Amino acid sequence: MPELNTSSMPDLVFAILFFFMVTTTMRSEELMVRLKLPTATEIQKLEKKSLVTYINIGPAMDPKYGTGTQMQLNDKFAQVEDIQDYIAQEKSSLNEADQQLMTVSIKADEDTRMRYISDVKQALRKAYALKISYSARKSEN
Amino acid sequence: MSKKKRKLPALNASSMADISFLLLTFFLLVSSMDTDSGLARRLPPPPQDEDHQQTVDVQRRNLLVVLVNSKDETMVTSQVETEWYQNENELLGKGSKVSLKDKVKEFVLNTNNNPLLPELMEEDFGAPIGTVPVTGDHVISLQNDATTSYKTYISVQNELVKAYNELRQEAARKYFNMDYENLTEDQKNQINKLYPQRISEAEPKNFMGGN
Repeated sequence: MPELNTSSMPDLVFAILFFFMVTTTMRSEELMVRLKLPTATEIQKLEKKSLVTYINIGPAMDPKYGTGTQMQLNDKFAQVEDIQDYIAQEKSSLNEADQQLMTVSIKADEDTRMRYISDVKQALRKAYALKISYSARKSEN
Repeated sequence: MSKKKRKLPALNASSMADISFLLLTFFLLVSSMDTDSGLARRLPPPPQDEDHQQTVDVQRRNLLVVLVNSKDETMVTSQVETEWYQNENELLGKGSKVSLKDKVKEFVLNTNNNPLLPELMEEDFGAPIGTVPVTGDHVISLQNDATTSYKTYISVQNELVKAYNELRQEAARKYFNMDYENLTEDQKNQINKLYPQRISEAEPKNFMGGN
């Protein structure tokens, strides 16, 4: 039986390795709120990750911040009033053509009261971030 | 002899494959390919003038009001009828009641030209759809209480989107003889124009004991 020449094997594996190294995005932000996303069936994937801004809403993981609903923007807790500045800042980091395509993904815990979500929505309207997405998990039925 | 000694000994590269596989598996595990997904919505632009909030007049027959109260019960009311859903199973049509989705579809289609459902208007959508009557002015108004849970709100939203998606799928099968997801971008836009999502999310009010 002729022996298989495996000398190109490392090259192949390295090629795949580089692919994964380039595509992988290390999670940069640590979640500070507890998120159990609601389930839905008709969800759409958010296309371009670089155009998506996240707003995390839920009870704080660390009990020293209380048990109420908190909002996390980037790496720190924030109030609803801070949204406008945050959106403006995120918007300015995009180039002009992409600014209209910016999507805000609202990742909220399923037990959140709508009062909070509504406040966030109003703030987003004022900040002219009109494309939003209610983040949800895929469910079966 | 001396010539042979100067020659570089070949590096044993047989473990190279093992090492690179190890690295590969590490990145495979670490890389989170999870893309975020959710229900896409478009918010209305903010009112130009705080004092003069523009109100759009909608004929009563064109309006389907979906209310979610503080006890996570849903009420859907058109000019024809009003239906209460006590819980999510009823909302999905698992109980004896007609599901919210079918209610919405009936409302959007108005196949029998019921004068209490949205008015039908002839509109041209281009080949191969042609000129068909559609309820171009219908509005689904989704209203919630301040203490409605987000979970219920999303499941109601989901049902509304599902109704539209099913209508679009049916239209795709009818006019293009294909599934909606297999259509080209232009064909999708045509279908979307035929059944545009007209969901309005109002500001919350207090219904029934919400505080």
